Amino acid sequence: MNVIEQLPVIPVIALLVAAPVTILLPNGATGRTPYLWATLVSWAAFAACVKLLATVAETGPVSYSIGDWAPPIGIEYRIDLANALVLTLVSGIAALVAPFSLPSVRSEIDLRQINLFYSAFLICLLGLLGVTITGDAFNVFVFLEISSLSTYALIALGARTDRRALTASFNYLIMGTIGATFFVIGLGLLYQATGTLNMADIKIKAADAAGIGMIEAGLAFIIVGIGLKAAMFPMHLWMPNAYAYAPSAVTAFIAAASTKVAVYVIIRFVYSVIGSEFAFVQAALTYILMPLGIAGMFFASLVAFFQADVKRMLAYSSIGQIGYMLLGIGLATKAGLAASLVHLFNHGLMKGALFMAVACVALRVGGRSVDAFRGLARRMPFTASAFIFSGLSLVGVPLTVGFISKWTLVTASFGADKPWAAFLIVASSLIAVAYVGRLIEIILLREAPTTGPFAGPVREAPLSMLIPLWTLVAANVYFGLDTDLTVNLATRAAEALVSVSGLPR
Amino acid sequence: MFSVLEFAVERYNYWIVIILMMTGLYTVITRGNLIKKMIGLNLFQTSVFIFYITIGKVSGGTAPIYVAGDMEKLAGVKEGAHGPPASDGASSDNEASLHGSVQPTPNRLDGGANVRDGASLHEPPADANSANTLNGSAADSLPDIEGAPYGSGAVIDTVYSNPLPSVLILTAIVVGIATTAVGLALAVRIREAYGSIEEDELLAADDLAEFGAATNSDGAAR
Repeated sequence: MNVIEQLPVIPVIALLVAAPVTILLPNGATGRTPYLWATLVSWAAFAACVKLLATVAETGPVSYSIGDWAPPIGIEYRIDLANALVLTLVSGIAALVAPFSLPSVRSEIDLRQINLFYSAFLICLLGLLGVTITGDAFNVFVFLEISSLSTYALIALGARTDRRALTASFNYLIMGTIGATFFVIGLGLLYQATGTLNMADIKIKAADAAGIGMIEAGLAFIIVGIGLKAAMFPMHLWMPNAYAYAPSAVTAFIAAASTKVAVYVIIRFVYSVIGSEFAFVQAALTYILMPLGIAGMFFASLVAFFQADVKRMLAYSSIGQIGYMLLGIGLATKAGLAASLVHLFNHGLMKGALFMAVACVALRVGGRSVDAFRGLARRMPFTASAFIFSGLSLVGVPLTVGFISKWTLVTASFGADKPWAAFLIVASSLIAVAYVGRLIEIILLREAPTTGPFAGPVREAPLSMLIPLWTLVAANVYFGLDTDLTVNLATRAAEALVSVSGLPR
Repeated sequence: MFSVLEFAVERYNYWIVIILMMTGLYTVITRGNLIKKMIGLNLFQTSVFIFYITIGKVSGGTAPIYVAGDMEKLAGVKEGAHGPPASDGASSDNEASLHGSVQPTPNRLDGGANVRDGASLHEPPADANSANTLNGSAADSLPDIEGAPYGSGAVIDTVYSNPLPSVLILTAIVVGIATTAVGLALAVRIREAYGSIEEDELLAADDLAEFGAATNSDGAAR
């Protein structure tokens, strides 16, 4: 059996086997064994995904038939540049969060639950990779629910430090399930109209399907359902609490990975399952996705400014950043789609780094409110500087990935003949300057608290946390300087998506 | 006017689905009790299960299990044809097999009974009589079967329902059970942590913890 031939299925199969094994591993008193195991497995998944990306970039899309049942009857795993990029991001974030997590997890989660924690973490990663890798529409739903169910459990594990994690998780469960069910209704309508569930096959059949109304309704249900999972602007209410009360390491992972996967699913369904040559798809892009994206950019950024909890502030900022991605998709041009993919990748890098820095602060200072960040530059210089670097990246300062994102988005807006969109992007970035600047001022210029819960001597975070954190910060700078990988790949990915759906260039 | 009415009545399975769905969604949104929310969520999901099962029903078709003899007939035409005829829905957009359940047929009531059976998760009964009386419908589906990977020349009299939606929905049911289990487990933990599963009391407790006073006096008073 040729390993390379089986490569597309390896990330999913390996995690499927590894996750239950995690529960059986000896815990000891430190939880070190499941931690090392999860780290090892996530690195293996990352290696497989990088290899896949390299293969796809070189030889074009890879197709794999599960159980050798030929598509469209069997389930097909189909990897092109767009999902290879997302796969690499998701598994890369997991490969950094896993080694990062142990000290933070030990301080926030009951020791007896550490095996279960790492098991749920691997299942969540499995679900996210599965959603991204599969070429079968119903399979997307199954993997989406696998990742969501484990996310509910992971968020609820934060109950040891704050019982509000339980209600946050419950609300997410209700909203997430409604979203997933809407998605299934949409799939049912698509299936009824086309008689197939294979994504590429739906694309072919949809072109001359009799019931265009069913495809329209299907797309509407799918966008609402996945929009809930992606925390698209008016459907974001579950997100701030879920991010704020989840264990810090969990927040770092799901903030960087899971909403990105949901945005990817929107891109996939709009462009390569249904196809933007339909007039109603164009209308949905122009009159729904883009206005909602813009509204989210402004609303969420404004709300973020007034948050006292840093994790909650970053959660609102994430909702705003999803808005940029939706704006990019809504431009309905090749450049807009590429910009959206670039920002999807880059935002994973910056939010991952920011939430990791917050986890370091929560571990050492003992809180995540704005007060805990006072005078951080002197108390935890490495963590503080990492936070500032990635914060600047979030704002979009040159030499960081944030700048590349904003640049590609702004040029795409001009290219799509919508200069006002470029103006709005810059204007909402100014709000980001305000809320990130407020924290940077607190970190650099304020005195460390001498009374209250955050007083007292504070040590720098342990090296096992700082190295993954700074690796991500370095990635923030590296991909800000060397745009060859991200922008080129995203442009080629967008080209591939667009060429299928015949968009104007 | 009559045609509008007919249009609505013919699609009665959709009306059932819509009513159930809205009931479920309304329960989820309006009830403050977490258990009631879960029940509403289950209703909502069940409506989707019914939706899928009814779109897979072919009027007069039997359960997608080979009736004695059919397997041999098909195998005789093409060696190695494996698996149930899942492909006939998956590989073609044949109108008859997809919209069978909503087409007006002489056997409407029969089809309706089968649909209701599907709702209670039983396979539609293998009713050979109804299949035989519905030769027109069978003829509609035949090219479909011939176009499937069984080659041509296979003439089978049995009409099968499309098994794929039922299979899909089995998966969705498993997902739904898992979701319910996690949701109920969370409700138990919430009850342990807060001593209540009423949403307004939970909010009041959180406000009390955070601000020292309940902002929602209504919730705190209870």
